[in-house]
Amino acid sequence: MILSFMILLPVVAALVVATLPGGDEERAGRARVVALATTLVEFALGIWLWTQFDQSTAAFQFTENLPLFAPFLNWSLGIDGIALMLIELSVFLMPLCILASWVAVKKRVPEYMAAFLLMESLMIGTFAARDIFLFYLFFEGGLIPMFLIIGIWGGARRIYASYKFFLYTLLGSVLMLVAMLWMVNFAGTADIGELSKVDFPKEAQFWLFLAFFASFAVKMPMWPVHTWLPDAHVEAPTAGSVILAGVLLKLGGYGFIRFSLPMFPDASAQLIWLVFGLSMVAVVYTSLVALVQQDMKKLIAYSSVAHMAFVTGGLFALNTQGIEGAMVMMLSHGLVSGALFLCVGVIYDRLHTREIGRYGGLADTMPKYALVLLFFTMASVGLPATSGFVAEFLVLLGMYQTSTWATFVLTTGIILGAAYMLWLYARVAYGKAAGDDTRAMPDLDAREIAILVPIIIATLWMGIYPKSFQTPMKPAIAEVVARLEGRALATVPTDMSLSPAMPALAAPAAAQESHH
Amino acid sequence: MHPIFTSIAIAGPETVLTLGSLAALMLGTFSGKGPKDSRALTVTSLFAVAILALAGFTLLDAPAGITRAFDGLYVADDFSAFLKVVILAASAASVLLALPWLQESGSGRFEYPVLLLLATLGMTMMVSANDLLTLYVGLELAALPSYVLAAFHRQDDRSAEAGLKYFVLGALASGILLYGVTLIYGFSGSTQLDVIAGVVSGQTERSIGLLFGIVFILAGLAFKVSAVPFHMWTPDVYEGAPTPVAAFFSAAPKAAALGLLARVMIVAFPGNIAGDWQQILIFIAIASMVLGAVAAVAQTNIKRLLAYSSIANIGFALVGLTPGTPAGISALLFYVTVYVAMTLGSFLVVLQLRRPDGSPVESMADFAGLSKTQPKLAAALAIFMFSLAGIPPLLGFWPKFAVFQAAIASGLIALALIGFVASVIAAFYYLRLIKIMYFDEPAPAPFGPLATEGSAVNGAMIAACALFCSPIGMLAISPLVAATARAAAALFPA
Repeated sequence: MILSFMILLPVVAALVVATLPGGDEERAGRARVVALATTLVEFALGIWLWTQFDQSTAAFQFTENLPLFAPFLNWSLGIDGIALMLIELSVFLMPLCILASWVAVKKRVPEYMAAFLLMESLMIGTFAARDIFLFYLFFEGGLIPMFLIIGIWGGARRIYASYKFFLYTLLGSVLMLVAMLWMVNFAGTADIGELSKVDFPKEAQFWLFLAFFASFAVKMPMWPVHTWLPDAHVEAPTAGSVILAGVLLKLGGYGFIRFSLPMFPDASAQLIWLVFGLSMVAVVYTSLVALVQQDMKKLIAYSSVAHMAFVTGGLFALNTQGIEGAMVMMLSHGLVSGALFLCVGVIYDRLHTREIGRYGGLADTMPKYALVLLFFTMASVGLPATSGFVAEFLVLLGMYQTSTWATFVLTTGIILGAAYMLWLYARVAYGKAAGDDTRAMPDLDAREIAILVPIIIATLWMGIYPKSFQTPMKPAIAEVVARLEGRALATVPTDMSLSPAMPALAAPAAAQESHH
Repeated sequence: MHPIFTSIAIAGPETVLTLGSLAALMLGTFSGKGPKDSRALTVTSLFAVAILALAGFTLLDAPAGITRAFDGLYVADDFSAFLKVVILAASAASVLLALPWLQESGSGRFEYPVLLLLATLGMTMMVSANDLLTLYVGLELAALPSYVLAAFHRQDDRSAEAGLKYFVLGALASGILLYGVTLIYGFSGSTQLDVIAGVVSGQTERSIGLLFGIVFILAGLAFKVSAVPFHMWTPDVYEGAPTPVAAFFSAAPKAAALGLLARVMIVAFPGNIAGDWQQILIFIAIASMVLGAVAAVAQTNIKRLLAYSSIANIGFALVGLTPGTPAGISALLFYVTVYVAMTLGSFLVVLQLRRPDGSPVESMADFAGLSKTQPKLAAALAIFMFSLAGIPPLLGFWPKFAVFQAAIASGLIALALIGFVASVIAAFYYLRLIKIMYFDEPAPAPFGPLATEGSAVNGAMIAACALFCSPIGMLAISPLVAATARAAAALFPA
């Protein structure tokens, strides 16, 4: 019942928050306290869940099954290691989001807190659902609070951004729903565990894969359907961006690993050229776009798209290292890009602009802030000892076995990533302050430190001892890999020496491979 | 006992409604001081609600299984019983929601509930019709009071125009339908649905005459349910008719006409010929879904918006009828039930709102910032809009889910795809209303006080509809689907 409790508690809290008595100020104060308390309880429950989790099995744990909404769907819950880690990420980021909005959000505070609590419930539900339609319910349901969060509390172009976010993701999802209905009709079960064992006809797999791909690629987001993300990020309030980058983007990757890979293994193997191709374009293109951004949030948003391309690349390496790397990348990106958005929020709250040119010299005036920003810049670039390094290393290791070409292109993303992140840091933290108001900004206060330090600890932990995070996921990933084993791969250039066009590069690459 | 008495006993709801509407007419005449006395209106309205409830109670002790009456002209089964419950409830709500509006507008004549009772009687006949002639009589009985209701606000030019437009087009549709009935009779030798079915399934070759008959009948009924391409009257009539009347039009008559359509197609034209009418229905369904979604995007009047929304929703409901399977009919009934709650709820919210000068709200721009001035009503309307848009976990998602599940189970995947894409387009305009309510700042002059009289009852009805359409309503899925499945099974003889 623990999962049900974790899903329902925020809903109840949201109802309480929305119907609090009192005047505006009183209500706002109480709403903040209730929301923070609820998310902290959720976090504690999440930790307890982790301690109780049996790390040796791939089977779903903490299962519940109630035919509450028969015949359409069952209240069927359960988690494996992959879902567990993503739930941990959600419950970890949530209290930080509430804290980050403590003073920044001033209008309609109770509604804001209620929307975030609903968001938390829906996210946990998405990861815990074991009925395919229950998954869809939570997956889609998240659109409503996010739409309201962007539209009510967002910036100047919030309405455009909220529509774009909503309709883009909805269009992707309805195609997936048609595929789900077909699958359940074909297999006679809506249980995700059982559907993962069904061998769908290869012809059908192709279409089913594409239908799911339409939804997950938008959520991910992959190039060229990523354009909603920068708009949504820029216009969302800070905490909205954190949740968007930290958890909502993970739904796409989670969908691939939960549905696309185990349910359509043949199509996945046949279509890796598609995923690799889009990932390669995404890494190079969005990294270059990130380089020229003037808006900090937009820059980080584009870097998210590049990082997510690593996730898709790792997943479709179709081997243990690649998938594990993709999972670590998702967790790492959730922490690091969430923290980067929080960092932008810190200075945005002071100067009310995200324009990079308006800052400068923060290393002198805000030394603590500069240090924190430097840390997360390095984590985003993938410096060893941070989580980003583990993730990128594993992804590239896995991909190398499937396609050296794709690996080569993705590796350039690391260099480009270092370029745009370091340049961002240089412009913000070094040099001279752009104006007196920039110079007058106070350094981090206790609340902001309390938000950022836990993320620093988690990032270092994941970077230095990733085993704690990998062990729970291993059996579940092994199961996915077992499903993929022996599927006919599409003919992708797996070796650079196959390409006569680049003889100079081929030699060292081939040598490296033989060495490997 | 003489067979006529047995038959009357079987047609319990109709008997109650007939006697009740006559009694209501007398009551209205004698209880007030004149035709414009609002006391007469109140007494008659409450009496009408009691009659509708009583008619509902007669359904409780109806015998199980399929019972025919009046020499096979009339049939009482689970299918008709289910739809009658929906129709009676929607009509009762329509009577209650109109009360404060009528009292305020000065045209508070007691004929309103009486006409509504008569229309309801026609609708109950429609869903129980087992003969093309009963069908026609029921349809006309439902339609004639509707024409009058559309023009109820007779001092208003728009209302009169709506009534006239509805009447002319409705009469045309009835004519087309009747012509179809004669063709069917001519080529099958009977007007009774199950006898026609026997003749049709005995035929080895496709009869062109029958096919023409089916096309004409479908055209006539498509007009009644306001499906594309016979939808043109709907936005104009909704806009011109008094708002409570538009609310009534959008709920009970739709349920009745869809039920009627389902019964005629499933019972009278099974087997080989089903493929032919399915083709037509697929076209009508797609056209309704797409046009309802696309045309609504440009609307600025809330009543026109809801009119196009009802066209789109009829399209979705018809998706349930196209496979011609029990699962599909069950989904259709489920769709109708939820749709009635969503649309009545939306209209109720619109009815509650008044401009500062006391005039009713019609333009969508009037809703600006409603979430600040009337947070509860805004929240309820947001639930209805998200529900109409079909976003889970709101209840409005599940009827769409059910009809498309039935369609896909019958291999109609392209239909499901087009339908879902249309629902994304439709989501745009539902979101627009939410955007106006939640994202926009209130207009300089905020809304005046709510309609005073009767608003407590209306408020309770809004709350009930909103609760039903909210995720909590999902708990109603299991019992509701069990009931619709039982009702659908009645159309398919074992």
